[in-house]
Amino acid sequence: MNVSRQWLEAFLRRRLDSTDVAWRLAMLGAPVDAIEPVGVDLSAFVVAVVIEVRQHPDADKLRVTLVDDGSGTISNVVCGAPNVKAGAKYPFARLGTVMPNGMKIERRTLRGEVSDGMLCSARELGLGEDHDGLLTLETDAAPGAPLTDVIDGGDERLIVDVTPNRADLLGHKGIARELAASLGVPYRLPDIAGEAALDLPTPARFGDEAPVGGIRLAIDDRDGCPRFLAGVIRGVRIGASPEWLQRRLAAVGVRAINNVVDATNYVMFELNQPMHAYDAATLRGSAIVVRAARAGERITTLDGVDRAIPPGTLVIADADRPIGVAGVMGGRATEVTNTTSDILLECAAFDPVRVRRARRALGLSTDASHRFERGTDRWGAVDAFRRCIRLIVTVAGGALDGPAVDCFPAPTHPPRIFLRPSRVAQVLGVDLSWSTIENQLVAIGATIVSKPDDGRIAVDVPGWRPDITSEIDLIEEVARLYGYDRLPTDLGAFRPGLREDDPAWGVMERIRLALAGHGLSEVVTLPMVAAAGAGAAKVLNPLSAEHRVLRDALLPSLVRQVEANWAMQTADVRLFEVGAVFNLAANDGVPTETLRAGFVVTGSRAPAHWTDGGTARAWDRWDALGLFRRLIDLAHPAATIQVEAGEWIARDAAGAMAGRCGSCLADAPPWASAVFGGEITVAFDGMTTPAFRPLPVYPAVTRDLAMLVKVDQTSAVVTQLLTDRGARHGLESVSVIDEYRGKALAAGTRSIAVRLVFRSAERTLTDPEVEQAIVRLRTSLERELDVTIRST
Amino acid sequence: MTTPSDPASLDVLRQRLAAVASLDAAALAAEEIAVLGRKQGELTHQLKALATLALDEKRARGAALNALKLEFEAAVVARRAELAHAASAAEARDIDLTMPGRQLWVGTRHPVTVVIDEIVAIFREIGFAVALGPEIENEERNFGALNFPPDHPALDMHDTLYLDPRGAEWPVGERLLLRTHTSPVQVRVMRAGPPPYRVVIPGLAYRNDPFDASHAPAFAQIEGLAVDERVTFVDLKATLTHFARRFFRPDVKVRFRPSFFPFTEPSAEMDVSCAICGGIGCAACKGTGWMEILGCGMVHENVLRNCDVDPERYTGFAFGMGPARMAMLRYGLPDIRLLYGGDMRFLSQFGAVGR
Repeated sequence: MNVSRQWLEAFLRRRLDSTDVAWRLAMLGAPVDAIEPVGVDLSAFVVAVVIEVRQHPDADKLRVTLVDDGSGTISNVVCGAPNVKAGAKYPFARLGTVMPNGMKIERRTLRGEVSDGMLCSARELGLGEDHDGLLTLETDAAPGAPLTDVIDGGDERLIVDVTPNRADLLGHKGIARELAASLGVPYRLPDIAGEAALDLPTPARFGDEAPVGGIRLAIDDRDGCPRFLAGVIRGVRIGASPEWLQRRLAAVGVRAINNVVDATNYVMFELNQPMHAYDAATLRGSAIVVRAARAGERITTLDGVDRAIPPGTLVIADADRPIGVAGVMGGRATEVTNTTSDILLECAAFDPVRVRRARRALGLSTDASHRFERGTDRWGAVDAFRRCIRLIVTVAGGALDGPAVDCFPAPTHPPRIFLRPSRVAQVLGVDLSWSTIENQLVAIGATIVSKPDDGRIAVDVPGWRPDITSEIDLIEEVARLYGYDRLPTDLGAFRPGLREDDPAWGVMERIRLALAGHGLSEVVTLPMVAAAGAGAAKVLNPLSAEHRVLRDALLPSLVRQVEANWAMQTADVRLFEVGAVFNLAANDGVPTETLRAGFVVTGSRAPAHWTDGGTARAWDRWDALGLFRRLIDLAHPAATIQVEAGEWIARDAAGAMAGRCGSCLADAPPWASAVFGGEITVAFDGMTTPAFRPLPVYPAVTRDLAMLVKVDQTSAVVTQLLTDRGARHGLESVSVIDEYRGKALAAGTRSIAVRLVFRSAERTLTDPEVEQAIVRLRTSLERELDVTIRST
Repeated sequence: MTTPSDPASLDVLRQRLAAVASLDAAALAAEEIAVLGRKQGELTHQLKALATLALDEKRARGAALNALKLEFEAAVVARRAELAHAASAAEARDIDLTMPGRQLWVGTRHPVTVVIDEIVAIFREIGFAVALGPEIENEERNFGALNFPPDHPALDMHDTLYLDPRGAEWPVGERLLLRTHTSPVQVRVMRAGPPPYRVVIPGLAYRNDPFDASHAPAFAQIEGLAVDERVTFVDLKATLTHFARRFFRPDVKVRFRPSFFPFTEPSAEMDVSCAICGGIGCAACKGTGWMEILGCGMVHENVLRNCDVDPERYTGFAFGMGPARMAMLRYGLPDIRLLYGGDMRFLSQFGAVGR
């Protein structure tokens, strides 16, 4: 909402400081986003008194004056204005002052007379078109006083951030009401300059139909339009609005159109009641009807766009066609033009929901729709309507044709709400006195109907506050007007909650700390991506094609980040992410959500060191497998890793896939090294308390064993057999310690070496016992797996 | 060889003990065997010979010999350590110790994670636990239960991303969307059991916003909920003021301004005094001296009712804030998109100890 400081000053009959206004409004819940100057800056001008006037010796139209500008020096000033008088005060531009038109005032010599400064007219100051002479100041201010102290100089526009509940703050009256409460001063409507004397009776009350100035008014859709006021004004002269009216509209950023339209806009910005004027001569069938749009109806709106009207949309129609979309925008066919002489003025209340739907369906947001959506004051509509009629007759002439009418088919009153002071204390935590509560409610315009009775009071809510519908709304008003900052901030006793942390939180934290500890950096990527797998969930209304589906895995996004790093010449990338992925359930197509953790590594495994000649070993798949194993221990301990189709797949106890790890395809520059990554579903139920195993008492015996295996035989088969057969010989662990492939070996074979660790829980194993175990295990390997033992 | 009864033998051993401190490595090894060796050691020999003595002589001489043995052992250990140290120092004299050491990659948590963890830690101190919920929600929990009336302009504050029903008809209220705030988790917490509730809720929220320097279509949020008997607006102010003092600095100034959220009433915004200008007014705080930090309010009666909590018996407060914005303020980040990328040059800046 754009607010004019001068407009507020007219309401409050006092000068205001915009910074102070901004602070007060912020503390009342309507922060000011910006304060912008409107019009010219007069801060450089001062009040000066003319001491002496004499005719210029060489120029008929010029006078030479002596001017006291309070600086202590009397200046010689040549002046062309006919109305300059000795003893009068005028605005004065000293040497160096820059005029609104950009001209800088400097010492000049006019036909032999020196001029040190300039006495100014209203036009020269940008204050209007009056160029008949100097702007005479009727003031007691001493010479040298800032001009802005004595005249209404430049206005300021305050951009007020109005929350959607506060419809009343979309008019200057509402803002003035808040300020009046904050300042503790009265406020009332500004006077209309040169207001026409007009006998304006209260509009006659009707039901859903009324005659007005020879035109039939009918409300066919009462739900959509609970109230409709109308008057016909004949004999208006369309033209430009007076300067003051144009200035008010300019200050709130509205373009002046013509005197009638400007008058309706003025009242809208003053009282938050949108209005519309139709050219009465263009209404077909002398009728105006509020109804639901029929199938196939169209309208060309004031902005010149031809629009299809969705059926059911609330419209204003004449006998033949829609002439306006109710609460949104009027039609071009019936707009007020330069040739209009008779107008029908509409002032109505519309259902906020209907207006909102129409606005969204048409994609057409206007000052009017913005206000109707938030709720106008249907009870205050009469006052707004009467003010608009007075304003139109004042600025455009004309006269009402017969009485104005007020169709209010189902008259209602603003709500009455009961407030319990005990409830105020229960919610706010302080005991406010009854009079304190009453004062705050009166400040917002509520009427206290009864004194406390039964522990409660009855409050009549003002019509301009559609947001106040229940007791808690009144409590908020009491706190708001009393001032949040006046309430204490002492931390009292509390009962701790009985919930434990969500188990996922602890797991996520463990993963983050562990992977960061391994040298990886956490990244957050957008869950919306350009493309994902066939089962990915789609966004219905994406803002861009880049973000149209939800990721079904973390790895692709992580690989994109690797590529982005490569584009920045960063070769060493180590990233991980913990976040949700989304998939459509196979059966019903409803998206499901899974928490995942993933990582990706490329480049050097550690920063290069001089002992290695400055080149570090690159990350390889075995590093990735190690990180993957770590992730599983942290996030899904029940999962096991299997080799499937060239990558490692983690499967949970039920055999469902829980994660994958391997090399990643990426769009790599020639200098980049290979990318490896892994990703796992985070499980929360596999967490077990570690069971203590007694520490070994007797020493271990270690033996290495190298063997030739066929290339298609896996080390897993070998270690599994050794584990199984070795158990009874005290084999504690088996680990692969080497692999060799080379021409020295028989074709189709490779060599692997394992380290066997034997230990007994009861005694120290003897060498013969271990040797015997080795012989047995060799035999098993040779017989069952057909491997050849190379050495022990 | 001295005999056990020869008192002079003790003096000889004491002299040998004194000499240990100046032996070289080889001599030390030899002397250790010569005196303490299990088979030929002089002390061992004398200790064994005690058996031949009379009881009172045995007692006196035994004690002396044992004390000497302990001293001798300690002297050998000390001399050996001294020699080892000297050897390594000699070795080090030949090494350029200014050469750089072998480095490790320093991993980092995301700056927003760091901020969230810190916020969680502060609220944990005052009895809050962490609650989480799904990012896909239905309209009812995201809007309806939270007192957003249908077709109300308040919905305009939440540009919502809906999910494609793929031909299925989702009834009104059941339409699936990406949650626009973490508040539906409040609803889940309250519907899961009776008060008291005291939880903080971190998580991602989504809005249909263009991805630019100050907006992201997905962003971190953290909110809190405290509901019990006798929880008041004063408790809200006190709790959040405490939070601000812990998170920012103990002398931070705090102010509460009225605001509007459909799910709280009374509603407020909390500002803290600008850390950059100290409240005088600067570009960062748009000249106001204040930074908007969080939205809060008393949980709306309708929200409590929608979650089967009796608003006449229970009252409570809720609050929500944007950790990404707080991270941007703290670290002076110019563009929110930095937080949604994997640029190692950016992320690796957050590995230092500190906040």
